[in-house]
Amino acid sequence: MQMLITGIFLGGVYAIIAVGLSLQYGVSRIMNLAVGEMLVAGAFAAFWFSTAQSLNPYLSLLVVIPLAFGANWLIYRYLLLPLVRRAKTRGQLEVDSILVTFGLSFTLVGIFLWAFGGEFFNYSFLSVPVEIFDSRYGQNRVLAFVIAFVVCAGLWIWLNHTRSGLSMRAISVDTRAASLVAIDVEKSSNFAFALGGAIAATGGMVLSTFLTFDASIGIVFTLKALVIVIMGGVGDIRGAIVAALVLGITETVVARLIDPGLTLAAAYVLFLLILLFRPQGLFGRAQT
Amino acid sequence: MSSAVLLEVRNVVKRFGGLVAINGVSFDVHEHEVLGLIGPNGSGKTTMMNLISGALPATDGYIAMDDKLLTDLPTRKIARAGIARTFQLVRVIPSMTVLENVMAGAVFGHKKLWGHALAVYAERQLERVGLVGISHKLTADLTYIDQKRVELARALASDPKVILLDEWLAGLNPTELQTGIELIRSLRDDGRTVILVEHVMDAIRSLCDRCVVMSTGNIIAQGTPAEVLADPQVIEAYLGEDYE
Amino acid sequence: MKLKQSDLWMGLAILAAFFVLAWLPLAPGADGWLSIVVPITMYTVLATSWAIFSGPTHYVSLATAAFFGVGSYTLALGLESLPYPVLLIIAAILGAIMAALVGWATLRLSGVYFVIFTLGLAELTRQVFTWYQNNMGGTRGSYVFTDLTDAHIYWQLLALALLVYLVGWLINRSRLGFAIRIIGGDESVAKHSGINVAWSKIVLFMVSGSVAAVVGAILAPRFVYIEPSMAFNPQLSFMVVIMALLGGTQRLWGPLMGAIPFAFVWEIIASNFPAQTTLLMGVAFLLVVFYIPNGISGVLIRWYHKARSKPGVSHE
Repeated sequence: MQMLITGIFLGGVYAIIAVGLSLQYGVSRIMNLAVGEMLVAGAFAAFWFSTAQSLNPYLSLLVVIPLAFGANWLIYRYLLLPLVRRAKTRGQLEVDSILVTFGLSFTLVGIFLWAFGGEFFNYSFLSVPVEIFDSRYGQNRVLAFVIAFVVCAGLWIWLNHTRSGLSMRAISVDTRAASLVAIDVEKSSNFAFALGGAIAATGGMVLSTFLTFDASIGIVFTLKALVIVIMGGVGDIRGAIVAALVLGITETVVARLIDPGLTLAAAYVLFLLILLFRPQGLFGRAQT
Repeated sequence: MSSAVLLEVRNVVKRFGGLVAINGVSFDVHEHEVLGLIGPNGSGKTTMMNLISGALPATDGYIAMDDKLLTDLPTRKIARAGIARTFQLVRVIPSMTVLENVMAGAVFGHKKLWGHALAVYAERQLERVGLVGISHKLTADLTYIDQKRVELARALASDPKVILLDEWLAGLNPTELQTGIELIRSLRDDGRTVILVEHVMDAIRSLCDRCVVMSTGNIIAQGTPAEVLADPQVIEAYLGEDYE
Repeated sequence: MKLKQSDLWMGLAILAAFFVLAWLPLAPGADGWLSIVVPITMYTVLATSWAIFSGPTHYVSLATAAFFGVGSYTLALGLESLPYPVLLIIAAILGAIMAALVGWATLRLSGVYFVIFTLGLAELTRQVFTWYQNNMGGTRGSYVFTDLTDAHIYWQLLALALLVYLVGWLINRSRLGFAIRIIGGDESVAKHSGINVAWSKIVLFMVSGSVAAVVGAILAPRFVYIEPSMAFNPQLSFMVVIMALLGGTQRLWGPLMGAIPFAFVWEIIASNFPAQTTLLMGVAFLLVVFYIPNGISGVLIRWYHKARSKPGVSHE
C-alpha cells in the first residue's frame, strides 16, 4: 500500500512532464529530446530561489512558467519552424527534429554545467512527514502530487472544453485538415510547443523539492517522458496520465524490491512490453 | 469467361477505427482477365487494392491466390507470390536512377536477378513501357507521367501473375491514353491478370473483361462493362460524379 | 557485379595509404601525437560504422556508447581467463547480439521507437552493469592491465578501419546494400518489391553495433581502470553522430571527412575552454545540422558535379 501511494505520487510528477511532451509531440509534431533539460532548468530555478534567495521554491513558478514559455516559443519559432517548413515529408521532419533537439539538449546541459558545475544539487523543502493510511509520506511529495493534479486537470479542461483546445486536438489528429478549417497551424503549434515546455519546466521545479538532481540528469527524464507518451498513445493526454502512474508505481516497486539504481531498467521493461504487445499505446487504436 | 479462378476475395472486411471502409466484399478474379474495380470516390477501391497487395491487413475475411492464403502474409511475401502494383500517388525513389528503380522489382521477388543480367532485363522493361534512353537519369528529374511509366516497369520487372494498377491512366492526354490502353491490353496478352481501379470510362469500356462496382464499401454490381454501366444502381451511385 | 578497373585502382590506393599510415608510430616524436591520432582513428571507425546503418536508413542511433561500453567490459572482465584475440571476437558477437535484440524490438516498427530506445540505452546498460558489479562482482570498477601501448591500439584500429571499409564496400555492392537504399527511399516500395525490410535493417545495425563493441574492447587497455560511468559515456554517442553528420553519410568516406577536422578542433576546444566543452559541442552540432545538412562530403560532391558540368555549359 505504501509503495502504491509513493508510486502514484511519483507518477503524478512524471505525468506533468509527459503531458508537456505530449503536447509538443502530438500537436507540434516535434519529438523533443531536450524536454528533460527544460525540467532541469525548472529545477535549477527552484534551487536558486530556495537557497540563494531563501524564498519558497514554489514562488519560482512565477518566473519559471513565463520564462520557459518564452524560451520554448523562441526555440520553436527560430530553430524548429524552419525545419517544419523545409521538410518535404513527415519522416524528414522527424529526423531533423530529432537531431536538432538532441543538439539542443547537449547545448543546454553545457550551459547548466558552465553556470552551476557538475555537482549534485538538493535543498530541503517541506520535508516533514504527513500520515496517510497509517504510513508516512513527505509533505513535499504530497504537494507535488496536488500540483500535478491541478496541471493535468487544467490541461484536460482546456483541451476538451474550450475552442482553442479543440483546435489543438484537431491539429494533432490531422494537420492538413486542420488548416483547411481555418486553424492557424503554425501559430497553434508554436503555442503548444511553448506551453509544453513551460509545463515540463513546472514539472522540474516540483520534482526538485524532493529529488536530488544534476546538470546532466535531463536525458533520463526525457527517456521516461518519451516512454510514457508512447505508452499512453501519442497526443493522448488521458493515456499519458495513466501511463505516468504505471511508470511511477513500477519504478517504486523496482526501487524497493530490487535496487534503486535500476529505475531506468524498469522504464525500459515497460517500453519493451509496449513495443511487443501494444505499439499503438494503451488506449490507442491500431494504426494503419 | 470460363478460365480458372486465380484470385479469390471472400467476405473481406476492413475497418479503420469506427469507419467501415470495406463491408464484407466477395468476388473472383479469373486467370488472364482484366478486371475493372470501379465506383465513386471513397467507395473503397483503393482500400481493396491495398488489402490485395498486403499494404493493409484485412479486419476479417480472406484473400487467396491459387488456393494459397494471402491474408495475414507480410507484404513482401505477397509480392513474392506474384502480385505487383502501382500506386495511386506515384511512388518511385527520386534519388535513384530510372534503371535502379526498375531493377528494384526484379531482385527480391521470385525473380532474383543480379549483375549484368539484371541491368539488361530492367532495360527491356523500360522499353516495354516506352521509356528509351533515359535509364541513367535521376527519377526525380522525370515528368509525372514518365514516373508512372517507371513505376509500371518496376511492377512488370517482378514478372507478376497479377498486376494491380491504381488509376494508372489518370492524367494522360488522349494520345498517351491510347498507348496506355494498348500497353495494358498487351499485359493480358502476355498471360497476366490485371486488376485496375479506374475513372476513365473509355478505358474501362475498351479494356475490361469484367467490372466490379463498389459503393460505400459494398459491391453493388458485377458483370461486363456494358452490363454494369447500364445498371440503374450504378448510375445512381455515380450521379454527381464525372460520369459521362 | 563485375569489379571495375577504377574500383581496383581505388582499392590499391587505399591499401597504399593504409600501409603509409601504419608507419606513423615509428616516426620520430610519435608518442606525442599518437595521443590525438588514436582518437581520430577511433572516431573514424565508429562514425563510419554508424553511417553504414544510419546513413541509408535515416534511423539516428544514439547508442554507440552502449556498444562501446559492452566491448570495453568484455575485455576488462575476461582478460584474466581468455586470450586477447578471443575477447575481441566475443565483443563483436555480444555487440551483434545486443544490436539484434534492440533491432528486433524496435526496427519492425517506426523509426521513432528506435531513436527513443537507443537514447537511453547507454544509461540503461550502465545502470545494469553497476547493479551487477555492486551485487555480484563486489567492486565498482575493473583494472585492465595489458602491455599494449598506444601504437598497438593504433594498429588494431587501423586494421579495423580497413575491415570496416571493406565490409561497407561489399555491402554497397550487394543485394543487401541495394535493398537498404530502396528502404531508405520508400519503405512501402521496398515491401512491395519483396524486400524483408525489418531483417535488412537489423543486419546492418548488427554490423554497426559489433564494430562499436570491438572498438570498445580495443580501447579498454587505454583506460587502465574502467568503471561504468567511463565506459558508457553518452558523450561518445554524441561525438560519433556529430562527426558522421559533419562528414556526410551518403558516401563511405564521408565520416572520415568529419572525424579528422572535428577531432582537431575538439582538441583545441577541450584544452582552451574546459568548462564550456559540452556547450560548444552542442552549438557545433546545431550549426552542422542547420548549415551543412549533407556534410562535407555532400559539399565536395556538389562542387565536383559543378566543376564537371561547367565546361559543358560554356561549349554550348
